[in-house]
Amino acid sequence: MSSSARPDPAIAISTRDLTRQFGDFTAVDHITFDVGAGEVFGFLGANGAGKTTAIKMLIGLLAPTGGEGHVAGFDIRTERPEIRRNIGYMSQRFSLYGDLTVRENIDLYGGIYGLSDAQINDRAHTLLASLGLEGSARELVGRLPLGWKQKLAFSVALLHEPKIVFLDEPTGGVDPITRRQFWEMIYATGARGTTVFVTTHYMDEAEYCDRISIMVDGRIAAIGTPGELKTRFSAVTVNDVFVQLARPVDAA
Amino acid sequence: MNRGALIAFMVKELRHILRDRQTLIVLLLMPLVQVVLFGFALRSDVRDIRLVVIDPSPDYETMALRDRFRSSDRFHIVATPPSMVAAEPLFRKGTADAALVFAPDFAEQLGRGEPARVLLVIDASDPNTGTTIQGYTRAVIAMHEAELSARQPRLRIVPETRMRFNPTLESVNLFVPGLIALVLTLVSALMTAISLSREKERGTLEVLLVSPLRPWQIIVGKVLPYLALAFANVVTALVAAWLVFQVPFRGSLPLLLAESILYSIVSLALGVLIAAKTPSQRAAMLAAMLGTLLPSTMLSGMVFPIASMPGWLVPFTYIVPARWFIVIARGIMLKGVGLEHLWLETLVLIVMMTVLMIAAVRSFKPRLA
Repeated sequence: MSSSARPDPAIAISTRDLTRQFGDFTAVDHITFDVGAGEVFGFLGANGAGKTTAIKMLIGLLAPTGGEGHVAGFDIRTERPEIRRNIGYMSQRFSLYGDLTVRENIDLYGGIYGLSDAQINDRAHTLLASLGLEGSARELVGRLPLGWKQKLAFSVALLHEPKIVFLDEPTGGVDPITRRQFWEMIYATGARGTTVFVTTHYMDEAEYCDRISIMVDGRIAAIGTPGELKTRFSAVTVNDVFVQLARPVDAA
Repeated sequence: MNRGALIAFMVKELRHILRDRQTLIVLLLMPLVQVVLFGFALRSDVRDIRLVVIDPSPDYETMALRDRFRSSDRFHIVATPPSMVAAEPLFRKGTADAALVFAPDFAEQLGRGEPARVLLVIDASDPNTGTTIQGYTRAVIAMHEAELSARQPRLRIVPETRMRFNPTLESVNLFVPGLIALVLTLVSALMTAISLSREKERGTLEVLLVSPLRPWQIIVGKVLPYLALAFANVVTALVAAWLVFQVPFRGSLPLLLAESILYSIVSLALGVLIAAKTPSQRAAMLAAMLGTLLPSTMLSGMVFPIASMPGWLVPFTYIVPARWFIVIARGIMLKGVGLEHLWLETLVLIVMMTVLMIAAVRSFKPRLA
């Protein structure tokens, strides 16, 4: 199912027949893929296709029932603490605290990830400057506009400079301009060598990814660069590819 | 590195608590308000006191005192039976609140300049009403005595009081230890359950679980700030009880504080467990109310004595932590006993704490089965 062996020597994420069953139901069914270091990898699929279950196994919130997986070189079954130190995670839901200020949120996550006060101070300044939020450090996060919140949450997830960052539906509910800015941030992150593993519903966003995989019914139905997939399925857009792959499920 | 993470997490918890000013003020003032409110509700004001006068040898002196009661707007004399035996049915029927019994030689005693004796019999089936009645009755007698001694110095009337049904008048005193349990349950179990289920509902808990923070660190970080709050509450309740109602404190304060912390940890662990097992903040709040507050009031012996519960209900009280804590708090505060008498109750709480803490930490381990 997987494409030919990756040329990258550094593999950030790799799975082999990774499987998760809930009773009789197989949410994730023998998925095998590699994500190279520094790649922006789009993880697509309809709701219920198994994306969330797969992500949860990779970040250590759920144990696999079969197969294996490695994140940042560590085994997802036995080396969860090491994985946790090396990844950042931005969940579907807003992960900052609305009743704390921008700076207090930064202090919290910096502290949790074991940064020193000096490091936190330093990175907070850089982070706020790059977002243009210098004047808002003492503002409650709950009062920021949604777009700023999302960008801030992303930056905070990168505060401890993880090797890999997992973004679960990061652009849900934000306006097109903010989405565009958000993807620019994702690119910049990838360019700095951080691997980005991102799930999304928006097929136009998939076009921005270095490579994508499309999950259907717990399996990876297709994987490759957006260009490769469009050629293989003779489609104009990734959305067309997706519709072709998902259609049999609709019929069933 | 782990220690820094825990501290960062606790700082965040403190900020949540301090930032929500309204809740904080409510939580801090609650023990004070509750002690005062419950205390006064129990000692309700008494207006229309139905007095029975037993006067074996009526004369000018006894009539003068009887007149004083008659002219007071709080009292009215409902009967003048010949003896206490004849007055008994009136108490049983509840048509009399108090009896004023003159000594047969009341007038002679006064005449000789000796202390003249009266007996007050007061219905104290509601102990607080009883105390109030006693206060008013003695006040009327004291006023009369003052007037008599103005006329003829050194005259004295000595009232002796018998409380019927509840001679020791313990209810406010018994109530305060229960109240401390209630406040601790509220702050520890309810607030923790709400705060933790809020993180769950908003999705921030997931992010914490993906971070290097261990589940036990999340729980400790959540629980410690509330423990401090609970501690402040115990002190407030004790001070209020002592200042407003002169509730005695006979035992060791450090022991009571230590036991309060033990009980708080039990409640906090319950709160964590409730948050883990419920799907939403609202459900967690309801579960905390039903699962901790209600049994802590109803089945703990705080309101209804366990001794008067039906036999089948009693075993259920054994699983209510407040039941054990109330025995401890009453023992320390009212009887002045130490650990040598309270070790069993303390042991029960320690076992509960251990079991619940382990269950709480387990419930927060990500589903790794």
